[in-house]
Amino acid sequence: MLTIKEYKKVESLEEAWELNQKRSSRLIGGMMWQKMSKGNCAVAIDLSGLGLDQIREDADQFEIGCMVTLRALEQHQGLLSYTDGAVKEALRHIVGVQFRNTATVGGSIYGKYGFSDVLTLFLAMDTYVELYRAGTVPLPEFAAKDYGRDVLVRICVKKHPGRFVYQSVRNTQTDFPVLTCAAARLPGQPFLAVFGARPGRAVRLFDDNGILGEQITEEAAREFGKYAAGRIKTGGNMRGSKEYRTHLVRVLSERAALSLADGRENRNDCHS
Amino acid sequence: MTVTVELNSRKVTRNIEPDMLLIDFVRAEGCYSVKRGCETSNCGLCTVFLDGLPVLSCSVLAARADNRKVTTLEGLLEEAKEFGAFLADEGAEQCGFCNPGFLMNAIALFREKPEPTEQEIREYLAGNLCRCSGYEGQLRAILKFLEWKKERGHK
Ligand SMILES: Cc1cc2nc3c(=O)[nH]c(=O)nc-3n(C[C@H](O)[C@H](O)[C@H](O)COP(=O)(O)OP(=O)(O)OC[C@H]3O[C@@H](n4cnc5c(N)ncnc54)[C@H](O)[C@@H]3O)c2cc1C
Ligand code: FES
Ligand code: FES
Repeated sequence: MLTIKEYKKVESLEEAWELNQKRSSRLIGGMMWQKMSKGNCAVAIDLSGLGLDQIREDADQFEIGCMVTLRALEQHQGLLSYTDGAVKEALRHIVGVQFRNTATVGGSIYGKYGFSDVLTLFLAMDTYVELYRAGTVPLPEFAAKDYGRDVLVRICVKKHPGRFVYQSVRNTQTDFPVLTCAAARLPGQPFLAVFGARPGRAVRLFDDNGILGEQITEEAAREFGKYAAGRIKTGGNMRGSKEYRTHLVRVLSERAALSLADGRENRNDCHS
Repeated sequence: MTVTVELNSRKVTRNIEPDMLLIDFVRAEGCYSVKRGCETSNCGLCTVFLDGLPVLSCSVLAARADNRKVTTLEGLLEEAKEFGAFLADEGAEQCGFCNPGFLMNAIALFREKPEPTEQEIREYLAGNLCRCSGYEGQLRAILKFLEWKKERGHK
């Protein structure tokens, strides 16, 4: 268990950032992941007094504070309708309602966990991460680089008239996923598929060669599945072998492409 | 550090260690319905309400409950009794260890969604594990309880 010497509910982001520069300090999101860790923490920095538990929506974007819980995210009507249910489909399998009432968006994104449904989901959207010191960076850049001991203030999702789908495979309900797959059809960019729990951190794959074309057919979707299986690096762990994961990449990307074909029903299962 | 928590409608001010977990805080106040199962946020046995929302007290710091409302099964006895009778009638439990956490989360479900579908029930209670049963008895109990409440409401 993590031992904590001092608990500090900060009054500003500057205070949080300063306290966090010491290696012995820790920022506290929902604490769900850190609770599982061992070690000594000199100062636990609580961000819950800064009003960062709000989701703001306007015509162009969603601003999601770092302390927004996963449950609040999955219940947000604006996000649900923008993603056609993909946000709910991504989050509803994570442990249970009680867990998601505490786990935060900030802790989930900052953690960059390989298994993360949350990271997979937001990588499919036009997402930016606002860091207190480093400023605003696109999520793919944030996921790829180390931003040290900065504070994640909020994430921002730019709205585009597009469509999203989310799928994951689990061996049992509420377990970590064996593979996650989010996909997006957005104007001005090729079809995008994101794969997480490979078991490594989520990565993006664009249909740069135009395999899917303008009108996605069953045959094109099948070809895209093969292409993705050849391109996405997978590995094995206790939840599934490398071969099984690669098979899943093929199947899920084919299904994702088909479900985003014009005139098709989105496969986000939470609708059923 | 000092915290003030409204625990089951009673204001409690205590000096606590910064790393004290909420489960230990409420148990120290005599709320023994709140139990340790997995301690890894997986089983739902330690469920309490924090400002009305179900959370896992094994993974929440007591410090986070400062100036907030915490409710345990001890504070919901009347509400739990009605539904508990249906669980018993359906033989939904064997050892009963999962019962307090299950009751808490079922009450949270009834408050949030008074008329849930079967799929919504299964999904809401997915974080409450039971090692003895196959969940069918619990599901029957919930459906019959909701039916009874509906009928009672019509009378
Ligand atoms: C048993 C279990 C099962 C899980 N299953 C899944 C699953 O199936 N799918 C899934 O996607 N996720 C899963 N998760 C992960 C979970 O969804 C959260 O992502 C995780 O708990 C981190 O969120 P948190 O709020 O608890 O963060 P914390 O544990 O509080 O923090 C995590 C890390 O982020 C840092 N941090 C927190 N907030 C900030 C901030 N604002 N700025 C900078 N750094 C910050 C902390 O210092 C820490 O290093 C699981 C976690 C557990 C414990
Ligand atoms: S003891 Fe808290 S979830 Fe199992
Ligand atoms: S009845 Fe024994 S754990 Fe549920």
